[in-house]
Amino acid sequence: MTDLEQFRAETRAWLEANCPAECRGPMADDEMIWGGRNPTFKTPAHKLWLERMGARGWTAPEWPQEYGGGGLSREEAKVLASELRRIKAQPALASFGVWMLGPALLAFGTEEQKKRFLPEIVRGEVRWCQGYSEPGAGSDLASIQTRAEDRGDHWIVNGQKIWTSYADKADWIFCLVRTDPEAPKHLGISFVLFDMKTPGVTTRPITLISGKSPFCETFFDDVRVEKENLVGTLNRGWDVAKYLLAHERTMIGAMGEVGGGRPVGQVALDAIGADDAGRLDEPMLRARIADLEIDAAAFRLAMERVGDQVKAKQAHPAIASMLKYYGSELNKRRHELLMAAGGADALEWEGERSHDGKAARDWLRTKANSIEGGTSEVQLNIIAKHLLQLPGA
Amino acid sequence: MPLILTEEQTMLQDAADGFLNEQAPIAHLRKLRDERDADGVSRDLWRAFGEMGFAGVIIPEALGGMGLGAVEAGVIAESLGRTLTPSPYLGSSILSAKVLIDGGSQAQQAWLPRIAAGEAILALAVDEGAKHAPSRITTRAERAGNGFRLNGAKAFVLDGHVADALIVVATAEEGVTLFLVDPATAGVAVERTVMVDAHNAARITLTDVTVDADAVIGAVGGGEALLDGALNLGRACAASSLTGAGDQAFKTTMDYLRTRKQFGKLIGEFQALQHRAAHLFSELELARAATIGAQIALDEGREDASLAASIAKAKAGRVAELAVQEAVQMHGGVGMTDEFDVGLFMKRVRVLNELLGDAGFHAGRVARAQGF
Repeated sequence: MTDLEQFRAETRAWLEANCPAECRGPMADDEMIWGGRNPTFKTPAHKLWLERMGARGWTAPEWPQEYGGGGLSREEAKVLASELRRIKAQPALASFGVWMLGPALLAFGTEEQKKRFLPEIVRGEVRWCQGYSEPGAGSDLASIQTRAEDRGDHWIVNGQKIWTSYADKADWIFCLVRTDPEAPKHLGISFVLFDMKTPGVTTRPITLISGKSPFCETFFDDVRVEKENLVGTLNRGWDVAKYLLAHERTMIGAMGEVGGGRPVGQVALDAIGADDAGRLDEPMLRARIADLEIDAAAFRLAMERVGDQVKAKQAHPAIASMLKYYGSELNKRRHELLMAAGGADALEWEGERSHDGKAARDWLRTKANSIEGGTSEVQLNIIAKHLLQLPGA
Repeated sequence: MPLILTEEQTMLQDAADGFLNEQAPIAHLRKLRDERDADGVSRDLWRAFGEMGFAGVIIPEALGGMGLGAVEAGVIAESLGRTLTPSPYLGSSILSAKVLIDGGSQAQQAWLPRIAAGEAILALAVDEGAKHAPSRITTRAERAGNGFRLNGAKAFVLDGHVADALIVVATAEEGVTLFLVDPATAGVAVERTVMVDAHNAARITLTDVTVDADAVIGAVGGGEALLDGALNLGRACAASSLTGAGDQAFKTTMDYLRTRKQFGKLIGEFQALQHRAAHLFSELELARAATIGAQIALDEGREDASLAASIAKAKAGRVAELAVQEAVQMHGGVGMTDEFDVGLFMKRVRVLNELLGDAGFHAGRVARAQGF
């Protein structure tokens, strides 16, 4: 048996013994486990599942063990992912700390910052949110105005953020602030961390066309931020932000992979039925769904391949933008087809039968995929810039 | 296995690219086409291809080949897609060789060293109508004497007009059966079909063709699994050729966007074209991932390998089609000229798309596999 086969056998055995039955099978978005100081768990088994996975570092399988991660190689991490899929294990933890901040800290953080923040992210003890966008700085993110005034050993931060996902539930924020208003816009930004309980921080939820959302407006009124919580170099936070955005984009792209529970073809079969040959009795829809599934399968492989390329240092510089662009457009397509497949059933907005209009609300939510984290158009601009390398671009 | 090439596979890729760019660039295709070459393929080139080891990529080392897998077979197919080289590679070294490796008797496998050396060309005769439909074989094989009598007609037989031996797919009483047939046998009529892409195929008619029992490859009635194995590998290789052709057309187009000026600007400065280029780049990444994914599934002998091959063929086909359409459109009038290469890529992609099932055929397979 090779080392990898050995690892698979051990992983399978461990998961069988440690993944509770309640944590297997489909999971609704609003049942996700986000951890934090005041965590909510769907069942006690979900708490146990997070504790077990966190203790093993498997909520961040490829991070170094010294920071609480799993210390797995890329190949081992793929095996773990496939074994988790095999038993339909629910994610033990949903976390912006794991998906976004952690990679940035690993690349730019000080040793103290890594030791302090990473292990608690892995165990799901602190919940993070992201303070990037502002009312006047969306696609043109470098235009942020939130100001941090230097007061010697600390800064005083004033300003407003928007689209701060789960700001009302987060414990800490990673945030872009302007530390040098005189510098060109990309060169006066710093990347700082602070506690959401700091006096002067307030949040207000924003309702979307889906009727609800994780988004908030976040206000900073004379918020004190310690200088030790600067990540990377002063005024060079844009480098950290870009690095982190690449991870965010990959994550949003990955939503195209996860999809929405049941396969679209099955949803359509339930609603429409099959013909005598067992084919979906709506040939045009069947063809569109089959094309979607081909693209989705190819996209899953592309995601996996990008991971292999990153590991081998062969990744194209525009690859995160590619995944973000394609994945979010794919996810919108999937949900458009899920609505078509569900027919009138998918139109219900309230009531138990429709889980309060889950299909319709999810469909509407996906329309933001090609806006958040940089619009599709911004991603295409970035890809084209790398492709064409035009003078002056 | 990671979805990227290993060091050895990259070396093979460099060798294949180097050989083909040197010996058989697009000018080679033009020459064969313009001189109306009787074979439409260069025997000398094919022997040189064999000497490099490429013609025997999947053939076991003991039989003169390299004994490698689907990923390596795809690497070579991709190079052929980039240079548009007319070559018996897919029909002979992949489809026919795979059938003989998996099901051939010792006498039948004696062809394999010759295929590997680039000395012999074999052709797999499966399709019968305008569209690929391997589950509807009407060519009949009836028992006659100690052998069989074959009747039927085949179309789109790759290199059928230059083949030293044919592998004919027929339906016997027991089911699908494969036969190794000498094209000189009485009753075999071969017509070369000159196609849009100046590559090679033939129509073959079988009228009361009698063959001995030892012409059967594998078991009588046991041809389906053999055929599936060859077709799946062939589809994955065709996906590689499509990706190669699509990517080459894309690269040519990117060069054009960087150099061509209109309205006093490089046309690559126009956002309308930039976004289409970026979209195409994304699609090509998916085609590449789907293609190598299928080849790895085949090499690992996974249950989903057949489905993966369909996904790869469909995705690479659609993407290559987009790439050549964009190439012609973005090149404008010059893209429509015979002198410029992009049109040749458009023709080749159209043929590769029909070969071994188009995107619609494979989408149907995907839907069936997923139960809808």
